[in-house]
Amino acid sequence: MDFQLTDDQRALRTGVRELLTGRFGREQLRAAVDTPGLDRALWRELGEAGFFALRLPEADGGVGLGLPEAVLAFEEAGRALLPGPLVATHLAAGEVPGAATGERVVAAVDGTLVEWLDEADVVRGDVTGAVAMRSADPLTPLHRVPRAAPADPVAILLTAAEQLGSAARTCELAVQHARTREQFGQPIGAFQAVKHLCAEMLVRVEVARGAVYAAAVTADPLDIAAAGLLADEAAGQGARDCLQVHGGMGFTWESDVHLHLKRAWVRARRGHSAADAEEALAEDLLSPAAR
Amino acid sequence: MDLAYTPEEEEFRARLREWLGKVLPTLPPKPSPDDWPARRAYDLGWQRMLYDAGYAGLHWPVDAGGRGATPTQHLIFLEETEKAGAPYVGANFVGLLHAGPTIAAEGTDEQRARWLPPVLRGEEVWCQGFSEPDAGSDLAALRTRAWRDGDDYVVSGSKIWTSHAEVADWCELLVRTDPEAPKHRGISWLAMPMDAPGITVRPLRTLAGSTEFAEVFLDEVRVPVANRVGPENDGWRVTMVTLSFERGTAFVGEVVASRRVLGELAREARKNGRWDDPALRRRLGRLNAEFRALWRLTQWNVSESERTEGVPGIGGSVFKLRYSHARQELYDAAAEVLGPESLDLSREWTLDRLSSLSYTIAAGTSQIQRNIVAERILGLPKGR
Repeated sequence: MDFQLTDDQRALRTGVRELLTGRFGREQLRAAVDTPGLDRALWRELGEAGFFALRLPEADGGVGLGLPEAVLAFEEAGRALLPGPLVATHLAAGEVPGAATGERVVAAVDGTLVEWLDEADVVRGDVTGAVAMRSADPLTPLHRVPRAAPADPVAILLTAAEQLGSAARTCELAVQHARTREQFGQPIGAFQAVKHLCAEMLVRVEVARGAVYAAAVTADPLDIAAAGLLADEAAGQGARDCLQVHGGMGFTWESDVHLHLKRAWVRARRGHSAADAEEALAEDLLSPAAR
Repeated sequence: MDLAYTPEEEEFRARLREWLGKVLPTLPPKPSPDDWPARRAYDLGWQRMLYDAGYAGLHWPVDAGGRGATPTQHLIFLEETEKAGAPYVGANFVGLLHAGPTIAAEGTDEQRARWLPPVLRGEEVWCQGFSEPDAGSDLAALRTRAWRDGDDYVVSGSKIWTSHAEVADWCELLVRTDPEAPKHRGISWLAMPMDAPGITVRPLRTLAGSTEFAEVFLDEVRVPVANRVGPENDGWRVTMVTLSFERGTAFVGEVVASRRVLGELAREARKNGRWDDPALRRRLGRLNAEFRALWRLTQWNVSESERTEGVPGIGGSVFKLRYSHARQELYDAAAEVLGPESLDLSREWTLDRLSSLSYTIAAGTSQIQRNIVAERILGLPKGR
């Protein structure tokens, strides 16, 4: 057993992080908030970097890697708050021409929601009767559709990876703020009330990380269901605690915290509901294999 | 990232399973929880069986008489013994997991030869004299004094939360040898024979009604200077070195046990009809996710310590914070499954629920653990 990142996996993570910091740093993030729409040039660059073709066999022009590598890449996307139908396009690689290279943007019905419908070149699923919503997340346009699509376990896993990245990032943002913001003559991070919020954020991140990475290795639907529950918790509660640590500034539009929180809410609606995941995991307890 | 065990690890598991299948049926009946001498004899007997089969001190270094097993092998050992229902480490806990490793790391050759083999062979029991009535979370504030008098230290003070004190042969004792020094710098580590004159043991009754630990009063107890492990006034460092011995495996058995209990809860709920309540099912499903994740985090930490050959140390605080809370939630869910019967002390889960209240306190309260995580991992400043 060696449940740690390999050197190649570390290199891949570093590579994706560098690409995204360079190409979608804070300035670009804020520009994307101010100017809605998908950056097609960035989408093609992601395609060239292999983001969508990551799991396609090399014989088919892909990178030939597996779910663990895809999870690491999507974790970085979650950290950077990279916008666009990333999961849908990644899943369409090899099935929809142009998806793998980033030449075409693919959206998909997930539950009763479609992200990025108007920007997509191809939409998978039945979008008859789609109605635009005023999306709570400024970086994710949303449509509602009448007929729900079934949940795809890989989509749930990649979403969990994005949640994990976002949770890790909000923990870092909270810690940075707590170390530098001074009140009562000392950094607020010296107060245990603040310190303990940050510690709990890290605990949620690390527990979710174990679950998400393991699910990437086993690809087992129940491991994926567990990973989804814990990653949703880490991202949602992490963003809220990050907001709390930032105080009044956290409540402003110019802070990035709300972007993490809103995206975490959007992602938590993808795939099956928390109730369905919990029911599946409860049923598992009665199976003979669980003894 | 690889969760598969190597052929060597699988072979280790298979041999262990085979051995457990053979020896567990030959064990004597479990002693009554209140019969301490019988518990001591039972636990030492089990340790002797492990020794004879080559499993004693699995994770100890070879030059200390251990087997030098990898953290993964130790994980497999703890997982399989728990699954097979083997006895717990019990009275051997301090000897095998703290005092022994401390002596192995910091003791002289003579000290190692005197104290380590009896621990491995299941002949001597150790207890721990660290906490004091006024030194709990702030352990370094301990005040039990030791004065030099010729070749002896003369020790006076009191210790608390000492498990197995009534039946221990030795106590790993932290004493203050320099009251003038900063509090972490004036402490020494002594091996105190529990039959020395001047020691009074008074059992403490827990809220669960059992006498799991004791207060130990020391009135001018003479301990030979030769029983000091490490330099005088260096006892804090000597003690902390040993924490690395766990190498991510500290809660393996407990996570395995929690997952078993969770399955039992589901089956009990199905039997008594409470399974029809979707809120209860969801609660149990959420706990399943929780303990699956804690098992993965265990594998992660063990793999990490195997790679770094070092101290997972503070990663253990992250784990303990979540685990101790989850274990309490598990027994709260058990109460929900049992309904009114959760008030009946003859139900095992009722007592376990009471015992689980110590998990967020013992071995570093959750509040102290959060300070450790925040200051040592996240780098937040210490408060004034």
